[in-house]
Amino acid sequence: MQITPSDASALDTYSAEVRHQLFHYVLQLADTSLILGHRLSEWCGHGPVLEQDLAMANIGLDLLGETRSLYQYAAELEGRGQTEDDLAFLRSATEYRNPLLVEQPNGDFAATITRQFLFDNFHYHCLRQLLTSPDTRLAGIAEKAVKEAAYHLKWSSEWVIRLGDGTEESRQRLEKALAHLWRYSGELTTPTANEKALQSAGLIPDYAALLPQMEAHLAHVFSEATVPLPQGVFMMTGGKEGRHTEHLGYILAELQYMQRTYPGLTW
Amino acid sequence: MVATVPTEERIWQLLEEVSDPEVPVLSILDLGIVRGVTVDGEQVTVSITPTYSGCPAMNTIATDIRLRLLAEGITHVTIHNQLSPAWTTDWMSPAGRQKLEAYGIAPPVDGTATGHVLNLFGQDTAVRCPLCKSEHTHLVSQFGSTACKAHYQCDACHEPFDYFKCHA
Repeated sequence: MQITPSDASALDTYSAEVRHQLFHYVLQLADTSLILGHRLSEWCGHGPVLEQDLAMANIGLDLLGETRSLYQYAAELEGRGQTEDDLAFLRSATEYRNPLLVEQPNGDFAATITRQFLFDNFHYHCLRQLLTSPDTRLAGIAEKAVKEAAYHLKWSSEWVIRLGDGTEESRQRLEKALAHLWRYSGELTTPTANEKALQSAGLIPDYAALLPQMEAHLAHVFSEATVPLPQGVFMMTGGKEGRHTEHLGYILAELQYMQRTYPGLTW
Repeated sequence: MVATVPTEERIWQLLEEVSDPEVPVLSILDLGIVRGVTVDGEQVTVSITPTYSGCPAMNTIATDIRLRLLAEGITHVTIHNQLSPAWTTDWMSPAGRQKLEAYGIAPPVDGTATGHVLNLFGQDTAVRCPLCKSEHTHLVSQFGSTACKAHYQCDACHEPFDYFKCHA
């Protein structure tokens, strides 16, 4: 490897069980930013205007950078000699642990913005809490990523408001996107058994504590957008445990075909 | 070839000659991304930190550091990626800021990072046009030609220009 990660890690002090739990959690975070980053990269060259095309590519790149730090740490936690590339390119859809929201197709610009906003609102607030995690390696990754996530959330928040409080057509498109994507928003803050164990150990944020800040920002942005939030919707879950919508397989087919066809290929 | 035992001071001098691949007028020291140098016998360790998580220049910078040191006969080089403390534009040297403006990129205005996400559609930072020096400029997009830059336009001379985003 050209550059080796050097930030302090409490890795050696963990029991085998905690290490295994953290491995799965870090993998879940890495899968999430990789899949959303990949979705955003699909916009490259297709954005509605050049500046927003660049914005989506930039945000995708930030997420990919975060992904690499996370996969590198996951590989160390696993301790079986796999690399970041093995984890990204050689796992099947059922082994991916990203929440369902981020694998949803780009749709139109309003759908991409809605998906991004729902994710950014969670991502930013979760990273802020991760800053104080006793796992210093995760805290270091969060310290870097949270500055970027702040720019992402500001961007997607402003676009929700522009579209909602914009023209008749932009408003209809935002409402349609929200009606479709809202059902995937609950999974972000619904802990899996693995997350619950790490929350009890105090290693990762308690999502219940994030909710007030997330809900306050969500309410503010949609009130400015003059669009009501859906009520009483059944929330879809399962992605964080490997049960995905059909969309993930197509993403991985595109993302992984080179390594699957020519194993070990390098530039 | 006889391996050279370098001093830390010498390593820092050599790093001053390694430039940023995206903004070649800046050395990696001007940018503030070199966080530490240690020399232990023949073994040299250089710690660098990315400006942005996804900065695609990191591998090129690592290669450039190795090549520059190799030219002096220094072959035992380890390059560490250090994420914490996270890079801030405060670490950019005054000389670096002047070089940046002369190159046509507006340097970061301190204390203007987007820390308050609830401040939507907030006032744009007053950024001076690096070409005509007018303060009458406006933000076109927070996301510019690279991850570390925003896109501005001057209202006086109408030229578009890059602004190196403040990252506190």
